[in-house]
Amino acid sequence: MAKGTLYNKIWDRHAVCNLQTGYVQLFIGLHLIHEVTSPQACDMLRERGLGVAFPERTIATVDHIIPTTTQLRPYSDPQAEAMAQALEDNTKAFRISYLDPSSNQQGIVHVIGPELGMVHPGMTIACGDSHTATHGAFGTLAFGIGTSQVRDVLATQCLSLSPLKVRRIQIDGHLGTGATAKDVILYVIRMLGVRGGIGYAYEYAGTTTEAMTMEERMTLCNMSIEGGARAGYVNPDQTTYDYLKGRPHAPQGDAWDRAVQYWESVRSDTDAEYDDVVHFQAENIAPHVTWGINPGQSVSLDEPLPEPKKMSEGEKHTAEHAYRHMKLQPGQRITDVKVDVVFIGSCTNSRIEDLRAAAEVVKNRKVAKHVRAIVVPGSQQVDQQSREEGLDQIFENAGLQWRKPGCSMCLAMNPDKLENDEICASTSNRNFIGRQGSPNGRTLLMSPQMAAAAAISGQVTDIRTL
Amino acid sequence: MTGNKINQITGTAVSVPGDDIDTDRIIPARFLKEITFANLGQYPFFDERFNADGTERTHPFNRFDSNRPNIMFVNKNFGCGSSREHAPQSLLRWGINAMVGESFAEIFSGNCNTLGIPVLCAAESDLKAIQQLADANAQMQWTVDLSAMTVSSDQHTVSVEMSDHHRKALLEGTWDSTDLLLENLDQVKHLATTLPYTSGYSA
Repeated sequence: MAKGTLYNKIWDRHAVCNLQTGYVQLFIGLHLIHEVTSPQACDMLRERGLGVAFPERTIATVDHIIPTTTQLRPYSDPQAEAMAQALEDNTKAFRISYLDPSSNQQGIVHVIGPELGMVHPGMTIACGDSHTATHGAFGTLAFGIGTSQVRDVLATQCLSLSPLKVRRIQIDGHLGTGATAKDVILYVIRMLGVRGGIGYAYEYAGTTTEAMTMEERMTLCNMSIEGGARAGYVNPDQTTYDYLKGRPHAPQGDAWDRAVQYWESVRSDTDAEYDDVVHFQAENIAPHVTWGINPGQSVSLDEPLPEPKKMSEGEKHTAEHAYRHMKLQPGQRITDVKVDVVFIGSCTNSRIEDLRAAAEVVKNRKVAKHVRAIVVPGSQQVDQQSREEGLDQIFENAGLQWRKPGCSMCLAMNPDKLENDEICASTSNRNFIGRQGSPNGRTLLMSPQMAAAAAISGQVTDIRTL
Repeated sequence: MTGNKINQITGTAVSVPGDDIDTDRIIPARFLKEITFANLGQYPFFDERFNADGTERTHPFNRFDSNRPNIMFVNKNFGCGSSREHAPQSLLRWGINAMVGESFAEIFSGNCNTLGIPVLCAAESDLKAIQQLADANAQMQWTVDLSAMTVSSDQHTVSVEMSDHHRKALLEGTWDSTDLLLENLDQVKHLATTLPYTSGYSA
């Protein structure tokens, strides 16, 4: 069992008691809700005559179904409108703070929590969304949960959980040219597998991780679930504190110093013990792109697509399925693959640094004629900041559409969808079959820089030579 | 509202083969736009069961008009991906109330816990064997036994494993976590006062 890690310290501090089932009752410091996984939970509360135990510890926003062309209500999709209305009604009834578009703080739940300074080191966080691990970037334990567990948190501010093992993923050195935090996490998932993390929390560490900005750390932690890990985190440090300082919900004055003291105390001890430790060298991490139907199926730009013949029986079966769906061939170069659509956005890569990096690539260039490209900022704050910096103009001048914030084409619950077997260069987190709204649509996951380059040349492009 | 005690589940079984079957495949996101779970029984594996024009594709779930099986045999990392409880809800409402696989994704199995659906793990070779038997004879009766920790038919018995906590909760009928958590609300309120951030880091 791990000892002295950030995971252990936060877990112990938030453990209320052991339940008779053997699970641990864990207090949740911050609960984030959105329109898709909360209405049923609120109905369950009403059916049982229960209220919300700590309404001030839950924050709501609308992100999954919100259209990105206009945010004006009523939405043209009656189902989306019903979801938005249910969220509005429920937050009112249960006295939960709701950041709707009129607040100018609306956005993807995993973008707004951090940018508003709500996410502090040493917290436990839960949200009915698997990418909740994003918040681990701040040195938190953050869990994606289902709707019945949303009910649990609303009713009791607690979850019933089993302890996790802790794997330290130490990444040292300088990343190769063109490689980003997205490439690091795609590489980690590829190396450890999509089920490698089952039973674990991932602690990302090492000099490469320490050198990352908070937004890069969020990209890294965001995809922990894609590697099977229930949570992922980075120990808090000066970079974390510098990011938080001055944000609306960050502590101020004397409280700030006491906060930093607490935050420092939850860092993993230098002699902490781990259930497992793996090392990667950043120099070995080149830009990566997925070619298959799960996020572990990626290649670097320097390799051909893999041969199923050389794989184990189970992997071979999945790879063959992937090749049939993707209409790609073993041995092919990923840089030869043409794209129809480019999507820059999602809780993985829709923050200001992502958009700056993508804008840098498309500046004074034009999107290829056959490509439909959209940029969806992660939040209204990111939207506003981008406009102040003129990024929206750079994208629009290049022929990319500048949209309103939301989850958009990451999971296509709003009108932004792939059609037929379109192939999409996407900065999102999942390349599952049907994920982007068309049952035979195809997704290539990559960094914002790479997606921007694909928009310009109309095919996957080596960012290092563009 | 306490859960019922779940000790044995008996019935026919369906095998859904393949590793890493994700929750987008179990229930595509467009079916998540309903604000209740009531209709989800219509949608499990929808895009794998039906073409765009509504005609049926080959899928194990399409073999049954009535007499649906209530036990499902799957392979590795079943339910990976999204946290959507809609995935186990759709399977449950279609008729599945126990799953046996090589392994399950964690959020998915956690969701099954809260719904009182046993998810059990068997060794790869055992799993392949019971999948073959279920494929060969859809009428074969199976028993998932949480006391003996076995899955058996009159022809075959395999050992299964599951988390002790999940098992205890099912056997004792305490899988409804809200009830258990509510019992300790006073302790929760006390613990909340000991956390630095709940008081805005006041001294």
